[in-house]
Amino acid sequence: MTWVRRLLAIDRRIIFLLVAAGVILPLLHPLNLPVTVTPRVKAAYEAIDALPAGSKVLISMDFEPDIMAELMPMSVAVIRHCFRKHLQVIAMTLYPAGTGLGERAILQAAKAEGAVKNKDYTWLGYKSGFQVVMIGIGENLRGIYPVDFYGTPLDNIPMMRGVNSYRQMAMVVNLSGSSATDYWIQFAQGRYHAPLVVGCTAVMATDYYPYLSSRQILGLIGGMKGAAEYEALIGTIGDARRGMDAQSLVHLIVVALVIVGNGALFLSKRAGDSGGAATGSMTR
Amino acid sequence: MRRGPLLVTFLSGVAVAALYFIPHHKAQALNSKLLEWTLVVYAFALILGSLSLWGSHMKKVQNRAEGWGFSLVTLSSLVVITVLGIWKGVGEGTPVGIIYDNINSPLASTMFSLLAFVIASAAFRAFRARSVEATLLLITAIVMMVGRVSIGPLISPHLPGITEWLLDVPNLAAKRAIALGVGLGAVSTALKIILGIEQSYLGRS
Repeated sequence: MTWVRRLLAIDRRIIFLLVAAGVILPLLHPLNLPVTVTPRVKAAYEAIDALPAGSKVLISMDFEPDIMAELMPMSVAVIRHCFRKHLQVIAMTLYPAGTGLGERAILQAAKAEGAVKNKDYTWLGYKSGFQVVMIGIGENLRGIYPVDFYGTPLDNIPMMRGVNSYRQMAMVVNLSGSSATDYWIQFAQGRYHAPLVVGCTAVMATDYYPYLSSRQILGLIGGMKGAAEYEALIGTIGDARRGMDAQSLVHLIVVALVIVGNGALFLSKRAGDSGGAATGSMTR
Repeated sequence: MRRGPLLVTFLSGVAVAALYFIPHHKAQALNSKLLEWTLVVYAFALILGSLSLWGSHMKKVQNRAEGWGFSLVTLSSLVVITVLGIWKGVGEGTPVGIIYDNINSPLASTMFSLLAFVIASAAFRAFRARSVEATLLLITAIVMMVGRVSIGPLISPHLPGITEWLLDVPNLAAKRAIALGVGLGAVSTALKIILGIEQSYLGRS
């Protein structure tokens, strides 16, 4: 069974090439796979969709470039939806390297929907400290953000007049790739009872199902799949829907590798091999 | 033994916990004031953190310790970004914005993207059905991986339903149990800190 041993000891660079092909080819030649909407993303969409025009929505984009592939398209889709519903967006981030991404997301959405700065949205930028900022917004927004990202005092921004805590905000949307979401649930929702919608990376999503079940969060957008579903709901084709083709193919490649690896191990053991090659390093 | 920090911790912990449950407006005003104080404490912590970062890396550079070059890069970046940020601002089109878009953002994305390659290789070599539990995990993982992407319903129309059930029933039950355990653990740790039993935050074992 030399070929089985050879297969089990396959050079990892071949696997890397397979994955690279799985990512690149669908991006160059889109497969346009259909997107089915799950109840959790639909719940998030409907929670935002039900808000009356003119309502203030606080969107905290708590992520950095490492996970922008998942959360950037999600941010753009959610903000675009808000603009279409004539909701006023107050955007911020709790990550220093999230400033550039948050600004890019809101500018991209504003350009697509024709939203106007300080009338339809305010970009507050970054403040450090998770709990401190969340509690600060609940007590006195101007204590945390006396000016917006561009240095304009909040009192000089028309849409921010009279807005000084969660009480004047119809909803909080947290788009995060970290434990910031836990704190938003604890403080914005738990302590100040702000209606909360969460968007997070796919690996984090399962952590928040209990909060969805207990209605502490109104909707959950998980990963690029969730973002693609949100794009489908608002009728746009963005980076998430394009990226899902690549993700689908890479998942299939990984599943195929796992099946082939286990099949080869089974054959190897049947042939009386100790399976030395199969128990190699994970990173070989 | 210094009793001051322990007394402050005890009083703050008891006061904030008690005020949370007292609806009287004066109690709530006091609670708000105490919460605002956290901002001041946090600002000092931030300054302390920056000074500590500077001190530890500067020491490495001065002593030519192992990896001192990386420390030099850290310090240089800290100085350059701080100066440029104060001088030219940090928005789109500023030098900081350009550095962010062209260096920071691609580097961070690239680092994270490498995971896909490593995971694929690791899955091939290490994800083995060696026992009943491992086989169950393997089958669940395969169903989830295929069922949660766009191609899943094309392979089988039942896959999305199965993945939804896995997420809504076994996953939810396990996560809820973990959350309850973590919550009880957090209450227990908070009580130990308030009562002075746990003192590691003061640098004591």
